[in-house]
Amino acid sequence: MAEAEMAVRRLTTPWSDETVESLRAGDQVLISGVIYGARDAAHKRMVESLDRGETLPVDLRGQVIYYVGPTPARPGEVIGSAGPTTSGRMDAYSPTLLAHGLKGMIGKGYRAAAVLEALRRHKAVYLAATGGAGALLARRIRRADVVAYADLGPEALFRFEVEEFPAIVVNDAHGGDLYAEGRKAYRRVVLA
Amino acid sequence: MRVIPYAEVVAATRQLCLEAAIRLPADVWEALRAARQREHSPLGRRVLDEILENDELAAREAVPMCQDTGTAVVFAELGEDARVEGGLSEAINEGVRQGYRDAYLRKSIVGDPLRRRNTGDNTPAVVHVDLVPGDRLRLTLLPKGGGAENMSRATMLAPAEGERGVRAFVLETVEAAGPNACPPVIVGVGVGGTFDTVGLLAKRALLRRVGERHPDPYYAAMEEELLEAINGLGLGPMGYGGTVTAFDVHIEAAPCHIASLPVAVNLQCHAARVARAEV
Repeated sequence: MAEAEMAVRRLTTPWSDETVESLRAGDQVLISGVIYGARDAAHKRMVESLDRGETLPVDLRGQVIYYVGPTPARPGEVIGSAGPTTSGRMDAYSPTLLAHGLKGMIGKGYRAAAVLEALRRHKAVYLAATGGAGALLARRIRRADVVAYADLGPEALFRFEVEEFPAIVVNDAHGGDLYAEGRKAYRRVVLA
Repeated sequence: MRVIPYAEVVAATRQLCLEAAIRLPADVWEALRAARQREHSPLGRRVLDEILENDELAAREAVPMCQDTGTAVVFAELGEDARVEGGLSEAINEGVRQGYRDAYLRKSIVGDPLRRRNTGDNTPAVVHVDLVPGDRLRLTLLPKGGGAENMSRATMLAPAEGERGVRAFVLETVEAAGPNACPPVIVGVGVGGTFDTVGLLAKRALLRRVGERHPDPYYAAMEEELLEAINGLGLGPMGYGGTVTAFDVHIEAAPCHIASLPVAVNLQCHAARVARAEV
């Protein structure tokens, strides 16, 4: 089957500029190592801290943030269902975090032009995981700890240890855009 | 007058919450498998494989298929010869509270839209009540995730824009939603009514089973034509490009004012969770 032959790259975090620059829109990757989990409220706090000149609870240089708000873990489980949330809500905060060394973001859906520009300027990538595959993706998270903002509940800042977490590069550091390019071959209807 | 015990409605609602979060209705399973067969894009097929694997895992292990376990939207058809002891709405909300707690579902409701403090138990539910003949209570739960709901839209067209205007608005909405709505989607379209009811028509359209056409041949033909056009947009599974952007399009229409043509499009992600019970 063709899909079995599609190349998949294995990547370990943290990421260097060289790793980021080698990635292209449409690349399928399996990510292992530490990634951080954060969504709206944690992003707001991080950017507010930086605006006040404070240091963040984690050093973002070379790191990857996953946009996720999991369901509560059942007793004995590492984490509940943990698929990606819509990335656009983080657009207002992402350029600031990218300027502080963030190298990757995992979510789903379109990003703003300012984020795409920041990817090129700071050498970083935006990836998507399959939305609605929260049960499957949770299996790739081997350990989950709250590292800051515990009062935010499911919106706290998490530290995840992941093993072969599947994602696809949507926007690379060279201007490549899977959302724009991928549909061209299948588009028969163009709106006026 | 039949009196339905409070505890029975609570238990039925709780069970619907548990069931809907972990297991897709048979028609949606079938739609996913059919999509896997007819998707042309290798990447799109990979995404559909992942979704199928995820949904099978969720059902097998009784865990939520998606972390966004949604707003609990409940359609209640209450027989005119029945009443619920302690109140229908109170019983439904208690069932939601227990279901979301006991099944470890995510609590995603804030009590105020601007001050945004989480209510902690996923209540209040959105409850739509219809009075129908008989003494039974039929409950339908549609847990509605935020991603697709946020990409839904409504507008007031001029009557002169007619069918063409409706078609254009539906296509523009699906196009603008792109990957954000987690395609393949189900497209619920409300046409007619008033500003307040057209959104509810669109949501009701999502309750119809995939593949089931509108009983009026005029709307049935429009649904088929729109589905063809939407799949021609090329968005594909998760918007990476492909031939299956939507499983189906359902239109619900209602009488309206001579000056008006309200239209609403309510998008439903591929985790199209619906569960039904009768009390």
